[in-house]
Amino acid sequence: MSAADSAHHGDGHGHHEASHGSFRGYVTGFVLSVILTAIPFALVMARPIDSALWTGLVVMAFAVVQIVVHMVYFLHMNTSSEGGWTVLALIFTIVLVVITLTGSLWVMHHLNTNMMPLAPGDVLHRHP
Amino acid sequence: MMHTDTAPPGTAPVFHQEEDHHPENGTLLGFWIYLMSDCLIFAVLFATYGVLGRSYAAGPSPSDLFELPLVALNTAMLLFSSITYGFAMLEMDKGNQPMTQRWLAITGLFGAAFIAIELYEFAHLIHEGAGPTRSAFLSSFFALVGTHGLHVTFGLVWLATLMVQVHQRGLIPENRRRLMCLSMFWHFLDVIWIGVFTFVYLMGVLQ
Repeated sequence: MSAADSAHHGDGHGHHEASHGSFRGYVTGFVLSVILTAIPFALVMARPIDSALWTGLVVMAFAVVQIVVHMVYFLHMNTSSEGGWTVLALIFTIVLVVITLTGSLWVMHHLNTNMMPLAPGDVLHRHP
Repeated sequence: MMHTDTAPPGTAPVFHQEEDHHPENGTLLGFWIYLMSDCLIFAVLFATYGVLGRSYAAGPSPSDLFELPLVALNTAMLLFSSITYGFAMLEMDKGNQPMTQRWLAITGLFGAAFIAIELYEFAHLIHEGAGPTRSAFLSSFFALVGTHGLHVTFGLVWLATLMVQVHQRGLIPENRRRLMCLSMFWHFLDVIWIGVFTFVYLMGVLQ
C-alpha cells in the first residue's frame, strides 16, 4: 500500500480510517501464500531434505514468513494505522506469546526430565 | 508536552494534528485488541499442545493419523476463502452490493467446505479409536484444532448474519464497519491456521 493509495482511500471514504487494500495487494498476498504453503507441504511429503531437524527449521521459517505476508497483505498491518496502536498491541501480544510458548516448553521439559527419570523401557529392563 | 510551551508569546495557541489518519471511532482498534486476546487463547492452546503433543500413552502418533493431502486441501479452502473475502471488501469499497454479496457467499462456501473437511477428519479419527480421550496428545490436538474450527464456525454464522443485514439495509456505514471487523476476524483465523498446519500437522508427521 503506497502512501498515495491510502490518501486516495481517505478522500474517497471520509468515515473510513483504515485502508482496505487493493486488488493487486490481495492477489500478491494470495500468490505468496500459495507458494509459502506449497513448499513446506512438499518438503514434508516428499522429504528432499533428509535431516528432520533442518526440514523442521525450514518449515517453521516458511510459516513465520507466511504469517508476515498475511499480516501485511490481508490484515493491512502498517505502523501508521490507528496512530500506531495496532502495532503496539501486536508487539505486546507477540511478547506474551513468546513468553507463554518458550516458558511452557522450557519449564515442562525440565519437569519431565527431572521428575520422571524412568522411561517405560528402563522399568522393564530393571524388573524383568 | 504542552503545546503552549512552544507557542511564541502573544500568538494564539495552535493545535497540531500530525497524523492524517485519526480514528474517528475505536471499533476497529477495539476489535483488533479482541483479536490479540484471542491470539493469547491460541498461544495457550499451542503451548498445551507443545507440552503434551508427544505423550501418546502407547497410542497412535501424528504420523500414524494425519493425512497431509487432506490437510493441504483444508489449507487451500481457507486460503481461497481469505482472498474471496478480500474481493468482497474491494467490491464493498466500490459500493457494489450484489458483487459484495456474491463474494461473501463464495467465502461462506469455502469456509463451510473447510468445516466439512475438518469434521470428516475428526469423525474419521474418532472412528479409528483416536478420539480426544485416547491420549494427552489427542486431547490437546482436539482442543487446539477444535477451538480453531469453532472460531471458523462462528465466523460463518457471523457471515450469514451480515449477508442478511446487507440484504436488508444495504452497504450502510454500520454494515461496512461490521464487514471490516469480520474481515479482520476471518484473515486472523487464516493466520492461526498457518500455525496449526505447521506445528501440528507438518511437524507432527515429521517426527
